[in-house]
Amino acid sequence: MNSQPTDDIDAQGHATSPLSLEINGISKSFGRFPALNNVSLQAKDKEFLALLGPSGSGKTTLLRVLAGLERPDAGEVRFDGEDFLSIPVRRRRVGMVFQHYALFRHMTVAQNIAFGLSVRPRSERPARSEIDHRVADLLALVQLEDLGKRFPAQLSGGQRQRVALARALAIEPRMLLLDEPFGALDAQVRRELRRWLREVHDRAGVTTVFVTHDQEEALDLADRVAILKDGELRQLGTPNEVYESPADPFVYDFLGPACRLPGVVEGGRLTVADWETKAADDAPKGRVEVFFRPDEVMFAPFDGAGLAAEVKAVAARGPDVRIECLIEGKLFELEARGPGVPSGVAPGLSLRIKPTRPKVYAAR
Amino acid sequence: MTVAARPVSSARLPGLAVLLVVASALVMGLLVLLPLFVVFRDAFDKGLGKYLAAITDPDAISAVKLTLLVAGIAVPLNAAFGVAAAWCIAKFEFRGKSALLTLIDLPFSMSPVVSGLVWVLLFGAQGWFGTWLIDHDVKIIFATTGLVLATILVTFPFVARELIPLMQDQGSDEEAAALTLGAGGFTTFFRITLPNIRWALLYGVLLCNARAMGEFGAVSVVSGHIRGLTTTLPLHVEVLYNDYDFVGAFAAASLLASLGLVTLVLKTGLEWRHSGELAANRRH
Repeated sequence: MNSQPTDDIDAQGHATSPLSLEINGISKSFGRFPALNNVSLQAKDKEFLALLGPSGSGKTTLLRVLAGLERPDAGEVRFDGEDFLSIPVRRRRVGMVFQHYALFRHMTVAQNIAFGLSVRPRSERPARSEIDHRVADLLALVQLEDLGKRFPAQLSGGQRQRVALARALAIEPRMLLLDEPFGALDAQVRRELRRWLREVHDRAGVTTVFVTHDQEEALDLADRVAILKDGELRQLGTPNEVYESPADPFVYDFLGPACRLPGVVEGGRLTVADWETKAADDAPKGRVEVFFRPDEVMFAPFDGAGLAAEVKAVAARGPDVRIECLIEGKLFELEARGPGVPSGVAPGLSLRIKPTRPKVYAAR
Repeated sequence: MTVAARPVSSARLPGLAVLLVVASALVMGLLVLLPLFVVFRDAFDKGLGKYLAAITDPDAISAVKLTLLVAGIAVPLNAAFGVAAAWCIAKFEFRGKSALLTLIDLPFSMSPVVSGLVWVLLFGAQGWFGTWLIDHDVKIIFATTGLVLATILVTFPFVARELIPLMQDQGSDEEAAALTLGAGGFTTFFRITLPNIRWALLYGVLLCNARAMGEFGAVSVVSGHIRGLTTTLPLHVEVLYNDYDFVGAFAAASLLASLGLVTLVLKTGLEWRHSGELAANRRH
């Protein structure tokens, strides 16, 4: 199942622009601290977009700008072609799930979910019975049928999170915004809810923007990932694109464990210490930084080709083996699996290492 | 296990602690309970008839009415001001926030006499606006308006101080959530903000009311002690006491003491039932 729409073809065949959300040149600072600096990105209709970045990268600020809870200093936001910034929060119809859920503590679960419907102006408000019906449907959707009469304080973290989602979905939002939705949950619950959230998104068919600092979560869940740092957009692409070709050393580092060594590219050849290989066509020339993932290496005997390495420690866990090596005076923790594990590996052994997919960036 | 069975040393009261508890109980008894007992004993010194006569005296009744009127105006106003101030301070960032906080606390650190005197300096016959007020026949000093103003100033911090830590603790996420769900400002305030602070608000109002009804210093300055007209209950006590009418003075004082006891019971009840929502206050 690959539903990722391509850039120029509108999957739904709509006559309108395939983009549902367009963010152009958004800047926002708090006092002297710039939280967002000229950020532009787009999301397609019904797309699941992750905003990924370390804390302080501006991802939550961007989400709050979309919700209308922050006013940007510059830039524009368009949603379905409409100027979104000119619409006040309460009329944007965005469903927002807050990091700490922000459930109304003095209301029951059912009252929380019904809130968005019950505050509508009298002429647009559904009848009492209809609201009750919607609430029951949503409780079923988030699998909390029997908890409608409970108060938020009587729920577990995972249950609260689902109530928050049901409350946001109750207003039939045009866009769903999630701020670190799994941030306060333990790893086990987190993984379960992740799959489930994706299912809910697919069923609700609503454009979703999702903020997280967890790269695994973003890569696993999103159609596309926007990576932010210090208020700037570093890269936007599908999980595969950003993982396979990170735009810069920061993105490479942020998306997974990284090993880094200095090198030189000259005449189409990449040289790292005593190892020489063909450089990629698009590799920068001159002094470079070479990155590789600790599990993307091949081991060779010491008389072969590759980076000279001395094994310092070996730890096996089933078929996975972690090998700590000293390369060029730096300690690296490499991973090997099954047949990839060099035979007779033990502390003190000298061998050679060939990164299978080194990534080269110009040295700064 | 033997380790678990051993009593935890910090949970045991050593001899010194017991001594201190007894000593403080004694001191509290002497300083609080004994005076309270004396108030009621002297009030009923000449029998129930005299007591009833003292509290149904026209001046006493008008003092009670005036006290209720002043508190009835000052407390709701301060509840509204307090909620507004706490809301601004807890939910928004702005310049001069700490200055505003200091200003709110000012009446706590200022002698109530000063709080009364400022009104005399402003609105008294020799005050800044004195001549204008006389020309236009507006009476503030030595009138109910002055009493209300002085009471508002003295009791201003009670509600705000009670609410600020709680509202800061709660943050503004719930309000933000209500807005994204389509609620307007008024709906958000009355359906989200107010219910979240109701018990703390009640607590603050209770303390504010106790002080408003019991305030002496500030109102004494602006009252002029016109019997039956500008004497609140505490001032009425003073007037009678200076007249050597001890039964009358203590009878009026017993009313004030009863108010204090009722406040205490309500306050304890609130603390017991809604400790969670008031706890924020105790941390600060």
